[in-house]
Amino acid sequence: MTATSACVPVLRPCGDTAWLLDLDDNRLVHRWAAAVRQARLPGVCEVVPGLTTLLVMIDPDVTDAASLRADLRELEPSPELATGDERHVIEVYYDGEDLDAVARFTGLSVADVIAAHTGTPWRVAFCGFAPGFSYLVGGDPRLRVPRRDESRVRVPGGAVAVAGEFSSIYPRVSPGGWQLLGHTDTVLWDAAADPPAVLRPGAVVQFREVN
Amino acid sequence: MTKLIVEHVGVLALLEDRGRSGLAHLGVGRSGAADRASCDLANRLVGNRPDAACIEATLGRLAFRVETSVLVAVTGAPVAIRCGDREQAVNTSFTARAGDTVTLGAPTAGLRTYVAVRGGIVGQEVLGSMSWDTMAQLGTPPLQAGDVLDIADEAGDWPAIDFAPVAAVDAPSFDLPLLLGPRDDWFTTQALDRLATQRFTVSSDADRVGIRLDGPELPRLRSGELASEGVVRGALQVPTRGRPTLFLADGPVTGGYPVIGVVPQCGVDRAAQAVPGTRIGFKPFRLP
Repeated sequence: MTATSACVPVLRPCGDTAWLLDLDDNRLVHRWAAAVRQARLPGVCEVVPGLTTLLVMIDPDVTDAASLRADLRELEPSPELATGDERHVIEVYYDGEDLDAVARFTGLSVADVIAAHTGTPWRVAFCGFAPGFSYLVGGDPRLRVPRRDESRVRVPGGAVAVAGEFSSIYPRVSPGGWQLLGHTDTVLWDAAADPPAVLRPGAVVQFREVN
Repeated sequence: MTKLIVEHVGVLALLEDRGRSGLAHLGVGRSGAADRASCDLANRLVGNRPDAACIEATLGRLAFRVETSVLVAVTGAPVAIRCGDREQAVNTSFTARAGDTVTLGAPTAGLRTYVAVRGGIVGQEVLGSMSWDTMAQLGTPPLQAGDVLDIADEAGDWPAIDFAPVAAVDAPSFDLPLLLGPRDDWFTTQALDRLATQRFTVSSDADRVGIRLDGPELPRLRSGELASEGVVRGALQVPTRGRPTLFLADGPVTGGYPVIGVVPQCGVDRAAQAVPGTRIGFKPFRLP
């Protein structure tokens, strides 16, 4: 495809080892991620989705940023996401400490908060903050709540939480400022496993209530 | 396998190698030596493979004993070195004899000193690297007095050199090139002008994650939040309130504040040696 293609994204410089593809939406990010991975471009060592961007990094011992830019300009987004139709059902005990606060903030009943959280499939938009911490998008817009005024020093691993447009599951114990809805027993991070994180960018997550 | 026994640790001593690759999309950054060039040089001086782990001693004051005779090199922030009853120099290789204790003093300049031992020091390998990532809490935990580490037998050819001329590690004031972007368009021309003409001071809030810089305010052209996006080592991120941060080896993989520019990788090595109070001037440029 030539540069006149509507698919050609804006490439923003990120130093001497990376380019940032500026894209319109998160699904397109994952289609580009699939394209970059499938192309096996020389020297590419990291392909990192953001909410509406894709960071592509190179090993400067193998290639340089100018070559990467030329290589990226030859690509088009893949028709499929890198994760294909990968789908995870996460069973949640809705017993979180902030469940009542979320209900108050949203004007919903606790039962409606749970129904909203389980009512739509979410998608892993990107990871960050901690190993295996995935930012899930696509939830019920009524669930948008601010972060807590004060972060918790210790959020247990497996805690299921919401903040802003996102939901997530704390993969390990860590500090955290998100509103806790419940917890899951599903292990989402294991440094000895390959891959170490269960929820990869692009994958679909469906929450299901267990009692 | 022969052993290295840690006898004393100063502020912080970590095992660091070239870090982890290919896992940033899962939230795992590269980590690895903060000053990669110095770590690479230490490995070269003892004929190690380039991915061998070294000890990264922050502010020196490390002491360790070796069980058998081994080749050692110390690079990075210059320190006085005592090996048994002899004095040794940085950026050379020297033999520590069986039972010798190697003691590093405090750096006369810079922050981080690297110790390579021929064969490679063995720690806890996690996801392809022994490096301790201070933010992700992965890898070989920080070294403590009494730790006993294996020394592997994985060296390459014997080194052809035993001394390397090295530019001074630290200066009270220096310039770093800065490639503008990816989000320089979030800032006013006044901000870009200040970035190019005024100097920033390394604050005491500086670690392996990044360096907070005191300096002029960098006003934004637009308000609102940036959608989280991938962040690289060397990124100069400007939060809504607070000081700009130059990210180092353990920086986050994604972040939600705009990055005004990125220091090329060799410049980041230099920044990783900057002690609090160091004045840094940026030399912003754009690609043709």
